[in-house]
Amino acid sequence: METMEHPIATGGEGAFAAAVPFLFLAAALMAYVVAAVRQRPGMRPWSRWRILSFLLGIALLAGAMLPALMRYAHHDLRGHMLQHLLIGMLAPLGLVLAAPLTLLLRTLPVGGARYVTAVLRSRLFHWLSHPLTAFVLNIGGMYLLYLTPLYMLTLTNPVLHYLVHVHFLAAGYLFVWSIAGPDSAPRRPGMRVRVSVLFISIAAHAFLSKFMYAYNWPRNTPHPLQQLQEAAQLMYYGGDVAELLLVVALFARWYQIGSRRAYALPAQARR
Amino acid sequence: MFAFLQPHEEKKYMKHDKQPPDISRSRGTGVLIGIGVMAAVDEIIFHQLLAWHHFYDQATLEIGLLTDGLLHAAELIALVAGFFLFADLRRRHALAPLWAWAGFFLGLGGFQLFDGIVDHKVLRLHQVRYGVSLLPYDLAWNLAGLLLLLIGVGLAFRAHRAAAHYRAAADQ
Repeated sequence: METMEHPIATGGEGAFAAAVPFLFLAAALMAYVVAAVRQRPGMRPWSRWRILSFLLGIALLAGAMLPALMRYAHHDLRGHMLQHLLIGMLAPLGLVLAAPLTLLLRTLPVGGARYVTAVLRSRLFHWLSHPLTAFVLNIGGMYLLYLTPLYMLTLTNPVLHYLVHVHFLAAGYLFVWSIAGPDSAPRRPGMRVRVSVLFISIAAHAFLSKFMYAYNWPRNTPHPLQQLQEAAQLMYYGGDVAELLLVVALFARWYQIGSRRAYALPAQARR
Repeated sequence: MFAFLQPHEEKKYMKHDKQPPDISRSRGTGVLIGIGVMAAVDEIIFHQLLAWHHFYDQATLEIGLLTDGLLHAAELIALVAGFFLFADLRRRHALAPLWAWAGFFLGLGGFQLFDGIVDHKVLRLHQVRYGVSLLPYDLAWNLAGLLLLLIGVGLAFRAHRAAAHYRAAADQ
C-alpha cells in the first residue's frame, strides 16, 4: 500500500506541513495557560485541575499526531483506530473538562464576551450543540467512514485524510461538550435527554465495532482479516473506556450541581 | 431493626427536620448497582478471565448484535449512575440501607436470569460455554440467578416489615 507517500515521510515542504498541527496545539496551550494564569484581580483563580485537564487533552492530541504513529496508522488499521480513539474520544474529554469557553468569557473584554454570548444564545448554536445533533455528527461520521468507500479514499487523498481527523476532533468535542460540558450554556437539555442520547451513543458505538468485526468492515481495504478484527476489538474496548469516563464526567457534574443545590435549599425550605 | 432505616446523627438533634428515608430511590439505586455489578462480573470473569464466552460467535444474529450493544450501554450507565445516586442518598441522609440491599440482590438476580434466559436462549447472543454439554451450565447459571433474586425478595419483605414497624412506632 504505497499509493501515497505520507507527507511526513517526505522532507522539506512536507516536514513543514507535518509541523503545522503541532504549532496549532502549542498556540492553543499557550493561550489557555496565559489566560488561566492572568485572571483579573479579585476573581477566583482558575482551577489547576482544569489547566491539567487541558494539558492532558493537548498531550493526547500531540501523541496521536506523532510522525511514528501517523506512519503506522497509514498502513495499519489498528494504528488508525488508536489515533481515532485519541483524537475523537479521549482528547476531547480532557479539553472539554478544562472549560476553555468559560475561560474565554472570563478573559475577553466585555464587548468581545458579549459577542461570544450572542453566538451561544443563537438558535443555530442551540441546534448544533444539541446532544442529538452532536451524536449524529459524531457516531454518524464513524458509520460513514467505516461502512462506505470513504475510508479507502482517505488512504489515497491526503486532504480528505486530514479532514477526517479534524472532523473526529470537532465532532468528538461537540459531543462531549453537549453531554458533560462544564460551561454554562443557555437552554442546555436536562439530564434525561443527555443520559438517553449517551445511552444510544454507547449502544451505536458498540454495535458498529462488533458489526465491523463480524462482517469484516471496512471492505476492499488492503488490510488482512485479522488486522480488521483486532482493530474492531480495539475500537470496542477502547471506546468503552472513553465512554465510561464520559458517563462518570456526566454524573459527577450532576452530583456537583446537586451539592450546590443541597447547600442552597434547606435554608429557605426550613424557615 | 429500623435503626438501619434512619440516619443516626439526625435522630437526636433535629427531630422536627427529620427526613424520612427515600425508599424508592434507595431501592432503585440498589437495582442499578446490582445490574451493573453482575454485568461487570459476567464481562470480566466469563469473557476475559475464563474466556468461556466469545466477543462474537458465528451464531449471533444481527438483531443480537444490536441488542448486545443496547444491553452493554445500559450496564455501563447503570453502574455509574447507581454509584452516584448512592453517594447522593448518603449525602442527603436519605438512604434506606435495607431497601438498597434488597434492590441490589434483585438487580443481581434479575440480570443473571435475564442474561441466562433472554440473551442466551431467546436472542442467542452467545452461550455460557462452548464445546461442552450446555444443560448443567445453563441450569447452574439460571438457578444462581433465581437464588439471588429470592434473596432480594426476602430482603424486600424484611425492609417492608421494618418500615411498617417504624411507622407504627412513629405514630404513637
